Amino acid sequence: MSTLSFHDVRVRYGSHTVLDDVSLEVADGQTVGLVGESGCGKSTLARAAVGLAPLTGGQILLDGRPVPNRGRRPVQMVFQDPYSSLDPRMTVGESLAEAMPERLGRTARQAEITRLLALVHLDAARAADLPVRLSGGQRQRVALARALAARPQVILADEITSALDVSVQGAVLNLIRDMRRDLGLSMLFISHNLAVVRYVADHVAVLHNGQIVEFGPTAQVLGAPRHDYTRHLLAAIPGAVPLKEQT
Amino acid sequence: MRAARVLLRPVGFAGFGLLTLVLLAAAFGPVLWGGRAAAVDTGNLLAGPSAEHWIGTDNLGRDLFARVLVAARLSIVLAVAATAISLVLGILLGAAPMLLGRRLGRLVTSAVNVLVAFPGLLLVLFFAVVFGVGARGAALAVGVAGAPAFARLCHTLMAAVSERDYIAVARIAGVSRIRVLLRHVLPNVAEPLIVNATMAAGGVLLTFAGLSFLGLGVQSPSYDWGKLMQDGLNGIYVHPLAALAPGIAVVLAGLAFNLTGEAFAAVFGLGDLPGGARSLEEPREPVAATPAVPGTVLSVEGLRVTIPGPAGPIRAVRGVTFALSDGEAVGVVGESGSGKSLTALAVAGLIEPPVRVEADHLLVAGEDLMAAGAHRRLGTSLAIVFQDPMTSFNPAHRVGPQLAEVSRFHQRMGRKAALARAVDRLRAVRIREPERRARQYPFEFSGGMRQRAMIGMGLMGDPRLIIADEPTTALDVTVQRQVLELLAEVRRDTGAALLLISHDVSVVTDVCDRVLVMYAGRVVEELPAKDLRTLARHPYTRALVAAVPDMDTDLSRPLAVIPGLPADPVHVPAGCAFAPRCPLADDHCRAVAPALVAGVACHKSTEVPV
Repeated sequence: MSTLSFHDVRVRYGSHTVLDDVSLEVADGQTVGLVGESGCGKSTLARAAVGLAPLTGGQILLDGRPVPNRGRRPVQMVFQDPYSSLDPRMTVGESLAEAMPERLGRTARQAEITRLLALVHLDAARAADLPVRLSGGQRQRVALARALAARPQVILADEITSALDVSVQGAVLNLIRDMRRDLGLSMLFISHNLAVVRYVADHVAVLHNGQIVEFGPTAQVLGAPRHDYTRHLLAAIPGAVPLKEQT
Repeated sequence: MRAARVLLRPVGFAGFGLLTLVLLAAAFGPVLWGGRAAAVDTGNLLAGPSAEHWIGTDNLGRDLFARVLVAARLSIVLAVAATAISLVLGILLGAAPMLLGRRLGRLVTSAVNVLVAFPGLLLVLFFAVVFGVGARGAALAVGVAGAPAFARLCHTLMAAVSERDYIAVARIAGVSRIRVLLRHVLPNVAEPLIVNATMAAGGVLLTFAGLSFLGLGVQSPSYDWGKLMQDGLNGIYVHPLAALAPGIAVVLAGLAFNLTGEAFAAVFGLGDLPGGARSLEEPREPVAATPAVPGTVLSVEGLRVTIPGPAGPIRAVRGVTFALSDGEAVGVVGESGSGKSLTALAVAGLIEPPVRVEADHLLVAGEDLMAAGAHRRLGTSLAIVFQDPMTSFNPAHRVGPQLAEVSRFHQRMGRKAALARAVDRLRAVRIREPERRARQYPFEFSGGMRQRAMIGMGLMGDPRLIIADEPTTALDVTVQRQVLELLAEVRRDTGAALLLISHDVSVVTDVCDRVLVMYAGRVVEELPAKDLRTLARHPYTRALVAAVPDMDTDLSRPLAVIPGLPADPVHVPAGCAFAPRCPLADDHCRAVAPALVAGVACHKSTEVPV
């Protein structure tokens, strides 16, 4: 695994600035949580790192070298909607095989598929299934396995639990923590849910209107926030502060 | 299975039957009747129908019936070839934005858009002149002229598919553009393309007949149906069958293609729900209507919602009973498929056939919703807030008039008075500059503001009950908080009761007095909201609460998970629906469904350590 760093990244669509000089580092083996409201540019930052959003300025470096945005990316991304991220006409095994970096023989490929499915706690027999036979949580695990199949150096997880039911969300979050422990994954974990980020991330970055307003160790940022906006976000969590009627 | 369904329809059966006949004629016609069609009989020139020559002979005495059958091959081959040319060109042009990149792709798309605007026949004639007279020229002309329409279709279909995340994933994985097109895009647009190509083939057949008829198509000595029609035209007043028979052949073959296409479209498109008309429920004893308890705004007993499905009826809500007192806030939590939203929709009277709603009784604000016309009498005593505020407003109308419509319809207010009330209500839900906002369209509102306006619409009348179905799920936490606070404030000011549906346990505990926990279409536990985290007795409730991380979750331990999968609503087990996932379940649990007694539906509730 390696270090992914964003240097003064700027993304603009027309006159609308989505990201404004964002600098952020996902260090080797670390999980960095990225939080903020919808529309603040969280997803755009991840998409920029894999070449799905054009940079207007700045650089995204992997171990000091620009991330290639053609061919197989050393940075892989997992998307929010597990119903959109798997080709409905390809079996689980085919989807995984497509993402593998080298062409393997039949037996080697089967072994690799079994290994990947085991990593995400899925039965090897699932390889022959079409996505339609899988539940949302199972699909999201396949999506994670596919990201791992490409042998990435960094994984970007964009709201990967927000489309899942709460009981399934727990299983996926446990999986993320297991994988980080066992594989030493570096990960940028994007979520609007602070409790989820608190559970999986070592560091947290708070994005607001395209700018990072606070960055630091999770316990510090969520426990003793320094920026007003972070405090505002924390206060809005249901159950954090009793609801007050507006005056 | 789907192919079988094509044949089961009358349209599909007729289409396939005709198509088989036409294709058989095309395949074997020249072999079987080729000799007869070419045999010159100088003693029988331009004869009329007879026992020997069913539809007569042509100017060389050749049998016309045999010629029509033999012509099937050339006509069909030309039509299929031209359609194939259209299809391939169309796919290439349609995929241009994907293959060539954004800028070049846009150029191609604009060109296609211009070409689509030309009348088809004009293009055919133009290309027919360019490619020259004859069968090959005609096939090329018709094929190329048909390409823009296919290109437009392909472009639209592919644009929809390329938005999907799996395309992005494949690109990130380094799959080349061509391979993405072949492996991911084409298979996912193939169905509608094939359907359209089948239908287009029918049209192309007609175009060919037209071209040959005009003398631009097939030339002697070859002949297709159009050529035969042209030959027969000279004698149309003497023996009309000579011209009509090939015409009938064109019509039949065209019908064959079109009907087959129609049947495919019907099956692959919006399939209807088989079994929709079937009666799903066993007959049940009539129940004497229970009179409404005073002070109760909502009273539901034995509510059942059944959705007809291909694998059998889905019993989404299976006997739900609860009541809301005036001014009370009750939350319904559960995962997707638990039936919580359908319960809310049924209470709001918003479920339409083929989905069936049954209840022993269902009283909302004193009106029996199971009686006819109750919904209208309910008027404005019920307010509803949905999850997606974008789809709950009509995007083509300004917000103010949409709110005003409620008062004009239910309270017979004048236009001006109603609009004034709308502005007043927008102010009440804390929308700034309500006069200006009332004149705006829904898309000019942010998500949170639309949700406020929706609540404002509920406040146009004098609601006694507000039903909110996941009102904050689409909103950010900060906006979510504002909307929840607004709901609390509205309740305080109007004294309305609130039925809040949510998957988020913490939202419900924040807002509600009482919580109903649903699993597989039943209420499994009912308890005060403040006890949800600490005093829950049902194993499912406890697991649900434990599975959600909050800001105090122990970071050193894995999150609690619920093993197994949610109950399949088509095959709900006989006993407790949660038993297959429950650590406490025994044979009794698997055999006998527990009733909701003293707030919990669990045989083992006494064994759960509190």
